[in-house]
Amino acid sequence: MRRLVMVLLLTLLGLAGSNGAIFAGEAQPLAADEATEKRLIAISSELRCLVCQNESLAGSHAELANDLRREIRTLINAGKSDDEIMEFMVSRYGDFVRYRPPLKGTTLLLWFGPGVLLVLGFAALLRYLRRRDRAITDSPLSAEEQRQAEALLHDNDSHQGRS
Amino acid sequence: MNRFLWPLIGFVVLVVLLGVGLTLNPRDVPSPLVGKPAPAFSLARLHAPEEQFSPKDMLGKVWLLNVWASWCVSCRQEHPLLVELAKRQSTPLVGLNYKEVRGDGAIDMDKVAPGKEKGMVVERAGAWLNQHGDPYTLSVMDIDGRVGIDYGVYGVPETYIIDKAGIIRMKQTGPITPDVLSSTILPLIAELSK
Repeated sequence: MRRLVMVLLLTLLGLAGSNGAIFAGEAQPLAADEATEKRLIAISSELRCLVCQNESLAGSHAELANDLRREIRTLINAGKSDDEIMEFMVSRYGDFVRYRPPLKGTTLLLWFGPGVLLVLGFAALLRYLRRRDRAITDSPLSAEEQRQAEALLHDNDSHQGRS
Repeated sequence: MNRFLWPLIGFVVLVVLLGVGLTLNPRDVPSPLVGKPAPAFSLARLHAPEEQFSPKDMLGKVWLLNVWASWCVSCRQEHPLLVELAKRQSTPLVGLNYKEVRGDGAIDMDKVAPGKEKGMVVERAGAWLNQHGDPYTLSVMDIDGRVGIDYGVYGVPETYIIDKAGIIRMKQTGPITPDVLSSTILPLIAELSK
């Protein structure tokens, strides 16, 4: 029994001692792979899956998405830059694959349309409010009008008193 | 009366825009490849696996490249039209058999031995063409779908019209309908063949 415990302890110690060595041996490829996967996720999150169009390439389980992720991984390992990989995708599937389409003639309305609409809306509101302001003229009562108003009020009071 | 005019105009414009939006097909993504040279490839032929086919073999001819697979349901729908087209006229029609085996969701790729796939493609695709008729001048095998990626394939069937200089002039995503064939494809072929 004692010998068994000793063997176990020694085995554990041995494992603990060699732990560093094991991890040191594995760390290199793991890190490289992790960087690749991180870049893959970053790039594919920016890309639309064409089969299920409201999903990103990163989140889609479509067959084509698998193929394209594999393709991007290959490109990353071949040392291509993010821009080159984007270009690879856009040249095949068009600007539509990008969730953030580039700024150019055909996408001007897409980029600035909402802002322009907002500005136009504010302008219309402002114009409407100004016009309404002008329609309601707010002039103080003249002395004559003041007297008339007071007379009416007074008359009303005495009338109530009598009844 | 006037105070209702502008909201009414706004409403009508909105309805028209939404109405137009409803008639658009979101699957119809304009291909950036139209107007560009057909991407080069070299693939083994289905009925002669030892021979290769490359788009440059077709230089000087107007031809069609049709992406298909036996597992593709819409291809079956489109197929009679292609058979009819092949009978009616002589424009070469090249079939790109796309991921015949690994694209089929019913096949577990883990159980397919790596060396077996090509044989399975030849067998399955050949059998399908025997059953439904073979409209293709020749078919090539894109076993892993790599050529499909270069052509921006995302929904089989797809059809490309390529001119004499090897430039893609049109891409049809999804099955060719009789309407598209007579109103767009045939006139384009006639014009390009001049």
